[in-house]
Amino acid sequence: MTSQGTNLDQWYGHYAERTAGLAASEVRALFAVASRPEVVSLAGGMPYVSALPKELVSNAIERVMRDAGPVAMQYGSGQGMPALREHILDVMALEGIRAGVDDIVVTTGSQHALELMTKLFVDPGDVVLAEGPSYVTAITVFKSFQADVRHVPMDEFGLIPQALRETIARVKAEGGRIKFLYTVPTFNNPAGVTLTWQRRLEILELCRAEGILVLEDNPYGLLYFDGPPPHAMRSVEEEGVVYLGTFSKTLAPGFRVGWALAPHAIREKLVLANEAAILSPSSFSQHIIAEYLSTADWRGQIDTFRGVYRERRDAMLTALDDYLPDLSWTHPTGGFYVWVTLPDNLDSKSMLPRAVKELVAYTPGTAFYADGSGRNRIRLSFCYPTPDFIREGIRRLSTVINGELELLSTFSQTEPLPMLRPERSYHNPPANLG
Amino acid sequence: MATKVLVLAGGISHERDVSLRSGRRVADSLLAHGIQVELRDPDATLLHYLRETRPDVVWPALHGASGEDGALRGLLDFIGIPYVGSRADAARLAWDKPTGKTVAGRAGVRTPASITLPRDAFRELGANGILEEISDEFSGPLVVKPAQGGSAQGVTIVEDRSLLPRAMVDAYTYWDVVLIEQRITGTEIAIGIIDSGDGPVALPAVEIEPRSGVYSFEARYNAGETRFYVPARVSDEIAERAAQAALTAHSALGLRHLSRVDLIVDGAGTPWFLEANVLPGLTETSILPQALEAAGHDLGWVYSALADAAIAESR
Repeated sequence: MTSQGTNLDQWYGHYAERTAGLAASEVRALFAVASRPEVVSLAGGMPYVSALPKELVSNAIERVMRDAGPVAMQYGSGQGMPALREHILDVMALEGIRAGVDDIVVTTGSQHALELMTKLFVDPGDVVLAEGPSYVTAITVFKSFQADVRHVPMDEFGLIPQALRETIARVKAEGGRIKFLYTVPTFNNPAGVTLTWQRRLEILELCRAEGILVLEDNPYGLLYFDGPPPHAMRSVEEEGVVYLGTFSKTLAPGFRVGWALAPHAIREKLVLANEAAILSPSSFSQHIIAEYLSTADWRGQIDTFRGVYRERRDAMLTALDDYLPDLSWTHPTGGFYVWVTLPDNLDSKSMLPRAVKELVAYTPGTAFYADGSGRNRIRLSFCYPTPDFIREGIRRLSTVINGELELLSTFSQTEPLPMLRPERSYHNPPANLG
Repeated sequence: MATKVLVLAGGISHERDVSLRSGRRVADSLLAHGIQVELRDPDATLLHYLRETRPDVVWPALHGASGEDGALRGLLDFIGIPYVGSRADAARLAWDKPTGKTVAGRAGVRTPASITLPRDAFRELGANGILEEISDEFSGPLVVKPAQGGSAQGVTIVEDRSLLPRAMVDAYTYWDVVLIEQRITGTEIAIGIIDSGDGPVALPAVEIEPRSGVYSFEARYNAGETRFYVPARVSDEIAERAAQAALTAHSALGLRHLSRVDLIVDGAGTPWFLEANVLPGLTETSILPQALEAAGHDLGWVYSALADAAIAESR
């Protein structure tokens, strides 16, 4: 050790500026408790893979190893396995999408497609439009490419076209360069709302007129509870939409297989970017999924998932009615999430330690905004815990909220208190938290 | 010599994440020293497991309750399994910051002026009146912290008094009793104390210089965010005075085997006691391992020696 001391990281001054948010934080550390069985975690978005019969997967693995073992264990195409891409066309057809097998690029989950798209399009300072709130790890990706994320408000019918129009005008007036609109139009994460068909058409028309590419992220579209949602935006717009899909919710996330469906020129670049990043997506996972889609009743399995999640959604909404009747929340008709609005003076991030003490976890609303908004919002996930656990989790949450309100009233605080903690790090829970 | 060590790490405290890191590092150090180690996250099966397997010694790397508040240590005494670190009664004293300050103060170590306020006091006496009294009594910046807990969770340095209510709320969110302390300006140092059977020895003082100016959670667990100086950049005389203060606090609290005493040395060279840690952080960025290495110790050797001391003292 020298007289200059040590900071325990000799490369501290060498990291790229875009890594500034990649840091341990007090809030993120609290999520570690959520992995304990005593804790009801309403924080993470882990699919309930136990609803997938194990033999369906093990049979597929056995057949792949028997019939195509050496190929499945080898590098593959940077664009992805053609046979799997054929199946993906069938999956997307359920949401009204017609495309060619060459239009698809298989990626390591759709998260990776999101990263590739951002890498292809975003230079530091470029504007990315996103719903407010928006998917937390998309924001992480955009920030890591130093994008200027501008949120566009939603209501119960999804993204508000007039708000989008105004935001575009404002950004253009400021001289900003808009690279794309990122949207989760169906069963939005975290808001749980779905963009109406009329609004889809209106937004597509607006983006077409303004020359703005739409990045449509659709992980939950097939997980509907009360009837199919509107068709995907890509179903009516081929050149102006890049569509992201995944098997993480309709099969299992452990395979890490997703895809992008893109217009020809973008697709060519995506393939090259994919190869530069990972050479090729996992051959083994692709073979297993292709085999599963060929031989199993995958549509029936999706229906099973729908039933599981419908029951859990119902349990959560009923428990919210029973334990927190004074709050408001969204009523998702599919997907994984309910978006809850707390009283104005509550700060969901500051409240998290109390929740952990009460053995319940949620994701604070600020995680879903790039600009610090969402203090009095929380995202609740109903996908992983059983209905009984969900009810118990909401009961505990009511204790937490009431305790925090009482604390604030002790200090006579009816207005939001100022934040004291630095907002440097990302506060999303790790992906593997149930 | 210990041949079968059970390292406990994790738990359900707010410091679970830190504890997992500490436990992994302790286990790795012991393994590298040739000790048979099992790493376990304590849960409802733990006590039964201990009775069934009876490890030679338990090495608790559990931060926060129930690792530092004496609960687990008391139960280990019941079961009759030796453990590294302080006994239950001493742990209880040190874990509660106001009590720790009182004990250290009575032993002659200076500690910043403070007041301890349970949440109920605000309910009963009214927040406005109490906050006014605090503002009148203390001049300059305050430190608001939960009376129990670690890793600077829920701790705020309040320079602008209008932010005091927010700081109080943040602290009460962690624990129902809050310590409000006069902030002493000076050199922030921490002194690790090790006792493997021959009496407590103060390790070289570690000076802490966070980039942000505050040794927050982020400054503690992100390498690069804090600069450490070992030994601290103070005169030999002041270093000795600080070491004596740390040893006095350690002994007055009845701590055993290892502890870390946090101090501020003011402009006049006086060390002020802030708190004593029953189980100091043992992660890659923690202070005690740095002090041990600076003193020329091998971590595995020290952790093993502490385990041996625990076994010897149990006989």
